[in-house]
Amino acid sequence: MAAQGRHGGQESNKMTALVVDDNTVNRMIHHRLLDNLGIENVAVVNGKEAVDIHCSGKTFDLILMDMDMPVMNGIEATRQLREMGIRSMIAGVSTRSMEREIREFIEAGLDDYQEKPLTMSKLISIVHKING
Amino acid sequence: MLGLAADRLRADTNRLLAFLFHQGILDEQFLQLQQLEDETSPNFVSEVVNIYFHESEKLLRNLRSLLMDKEFSDYNKMGIHLNQFMGSSSSIGAKRIRNVCVAFRAASEQNNRAGCLRALELLEHEYCFLKNKLHELFQIQQQRALAAAVRYPMQN
Repeated sequence: MAAQGRHGGQESNKMTALVVDDNTVNRMIHHRLLDNLGIENVAVVNGKEAVDIHCSGKTFDLILMDMDMPVMNGIEATRQLREMGIRSMIAGVSTRSMEREIREFIEAGLDDYQEKPLTMSKLISIVHKING
Repeated sequence: MLGLAADRLRADTNRLLAFLFHQGILDEQFLQLQQLEDETSPNFVSEVVNIYFHESEKLLRNLRSLLMDKEFSDYNKMGIHLNQFMGSSSSIGAKRIRNVCVAFRAASEQNNRAGCLRALELLEHEYCFLKNKLHELFQIQQQRALAAAVRYPMQN
């Protein structure tokens, strides 16, 4: 199940994704949605693990980043990934709907933001932005 | 005979789902979950929902424990549990539970302890109701699968 990033490990033509979410239910659903689109994916449980996996040399075409997580939240993780030079598509996903709450997340470096729950059509619209 | 039983079970499933959607207990996100099931993952919905039940019960216990504490003042911690509950509830299509979580979060943000307690009681009630109904749904689906296996045993 381990994703093989385009820039590290084995060469693969498959798109790769990283799911960053502290909620088990959401990780299962996002993993399944990505699987159904043929996107290899791994999941981590907080922003620090997302940063650490990139520090280990892995990169991904797409990062699905939850906002509210323990240890390191999605805003801080996004900021750090951008400071590290990570240019992957980062799509924030959260239950937050108020503009001021989302703005800080977007300003941290998101390419897209989707309100949870994540559906197949929302995920496809994110993937189209990568390919487009 | 077996055909009639299968028809009855299918009708029971449809009636229960129609009730749950009509009452606003579930929304279209539950249909999204069902669409993620296939032959490679035939029990996906029940697996996800059972994890949801397990996690939700922990979160509800945490919320009650926080609010029952006479010295309670950590609305931030309560907000963290609520966000979790809200996120997973909306991901499985538990619409009414999600809506109660929204009201609960509003009370929490206003440091309104009485409002939070009222919301928690409603949340516990809605959760019990949903859990019973989904268990009923999964039982009917299991019976349908058994009935299908009896009618169409696998040929080696």
